[in-house]
Amino acid sequence: MSWDWQVFFQDTGGGQTYFHWMMSAWGWTLLVSGCSLVVALTVGSLMGILRTTPVKAFVWIGNAWTELFRNIPLLVQIFLWYHVIPSIWKTLQGVPDFIAVVIALGFFTSARIAEQVKAGIQALPKGQRYAGLAMGLTLPQTYRYVILPMAFRIVIPPLTSESMNIIKNSSVAFAVSISELTFFAMQAQEETSRGIEIYLVVTGLYFVSAFAVNRVAAFIEKRVQVPGMIGSTR
Amino acid sequence: MNLGFQFLDWNLVSSFILKGFYFSVQLTLFAMVGGIILGTLIALMRLSGHKWLVLPAAFYVNTLRSIPLVMVILWFFLLIPLLIGRPLGAGLSAIITFTVFEAAYYSEIMRAGIQSVPRGQVSAGYAVGMTYAQCMKLIVLPQAFRNMLPVLLTQTIILFQDTSLVYAVGAYDLLKGFEVAGKNFNRPVEMYLLAAATYFVICFSLSMLVRRLQKKIAIIR
Repeated sequence: MSWDWQVFFQDTGGGQTYFHWMMSAWGWTLLVSGCSLVVALTVGSLMGILRTTPVKAFVWIGNAWTELFRNIPLLVQIFLWYHVIPSIWKTLQGVPDFIAVVIALGFFTSARIAEQVKAGIQALPKGQRYAGLAMGLTLPQTYRYVILPMAFRIVIPPLTSESMNIIKNSSVAFAVSISELTFFAMQAQEETSRGIEIYLVVTGLYFVSAFAVNRVAAFIEKRVQVPGMIGSTR
Repeated sequence: MNLGFQFLDWNLVSSFILKGFYFSVQLTLFAMVGGIILGTLIALMRLSGHKWLVLPAAFYVNTLRSIPLVMVILWFFLLIPLLIGRPLGAGLSAIITFTVFEAAYYSEIMRAGIQSVPRGQVSAGYAVGMTYAQCMKLIVLPQAFRNMLPVLLTQTIILFQDTSLVYAVGAYDLLKGFEVAGKNFNRPVEMYLLAAATYFVICFSLSMLVRRLQKKIAIIR
C-alpha cells in the first residue's frame, strides 16, 4: 500500500478540510477532558474527604458514591446521562450533549479520584489529625490547614495518571456523536478510506495531549513540593 | 415519563440479552487468560536485563497504555483484514484486540508481582543448581501470581466493563443486547437502566469477592 497524506487537505464537503475538522475535534477532546477533570477533581476530592471523616453517614455517602460510579462501564454511564436522565426529568431535555458527557466522564473519574484522595489522607500519620484537634482547631479547620495541604501533595502522582486517563476516556464520547478525535477518526475513515493515515495522526494527537498533561503535572508537583518530604529535591 | 417494566419476560432476556452476555463473558475470559500469559512473558522480557528484550517490551507496554482503548479497537478492526487478507468478524477481532491490549496492563501487574519476590530466593535457586527458567517457573512466578491475584482479578473486572466498548465496531455484547431489546420493544430508557443495573450487580459482587480473597491471602502471608 502507499501513503496518501493529501487526504488531510481534501475538502470534507462542508467547506473545510479534514485537517481543520481534526483540529476542531482535538479542541473538543481537550475541552471535554478539561471540563470533566474539573468536575472529577471537585466531586472526587469531596467524596474522598467524606470517606475519612469520623461521621458514619458521610463515610457511607462517600463509599456508596465510589462503588456506584466505579462499577458501571463508562459507556453505559454516558448513555444514562444522555438517554435516561433527560427522559425521566423532562426539564433536562434541553441540556446540550456536551454537558451530559462532561457529567458522565467527570463522575466516573471522581470515583477513582475519591479513592486516591482517601488513600492520600490515610497515608498521613494519625498524629497530625489529633495534633490539629488538640490545638483547638475544628474538624473542618484541621482538614483545611493540617491534613489537606499534605494529602493533596501526596496524591499528585496518582492524580496525574487519572488526568491522563481522562483524555483517553474522553474518546468514549464518540458514542453520543460529540465531534471529538475518535468520532472524527471514525467518520473520516469512512468518508476517505484512508484509515491508516488518519488513525496514525489521531493516535499521535492523543499521545501529545497525554504527554502535555504529564509535563504540566510534573511542573506543579515540583512547584508545590515541601522541603524535607519524601521525593523532594530541595 | 413513567417507567414500565411490564414488557420484560424471560423470552426477551433469552432472545436478546443472554447472547450478548455470553459474548461479553467469553471475551473477558479469553482476554484474561491470553492477556495474563502474554503479559507474563512481556514482564519477563522487561526484567530480563537484555537490551533487545527490554526495549521492545517497554515499547509495547508504554504504547498500548497511552492509546485510548477505543482507538486500539478501531486500529485492529482496520489492520487485521489488511494483514490476513480477508475480513474477520467484529467478535473475533475484539477477542484479539482485548488480549493484546490487556496484556500491556497485566504485564505491569506481573512485573510488580515478580519484583515483590525477594531477590534472595532467586539466588537460592541458582545456588541449588536451578536454571533461570526453573527458578522462574518453580519459585518466582507461583509466588508472584499469588501475591498479585487480587490485583489481576480487579483488572479483570475493569476488563469486563471495558468490553462494552466493542460498541465502536458493532459487536454484539451485553450492552448491545440491551440496546437491541430496547429498540425492538420501544423501551430504550428502561433497557439502558437495566443494563446499568446488570453491570453494577456483576461488577460490585465480583469486587466484593476480590476484597474477601484479598483478606484471606493477606492472612496466609
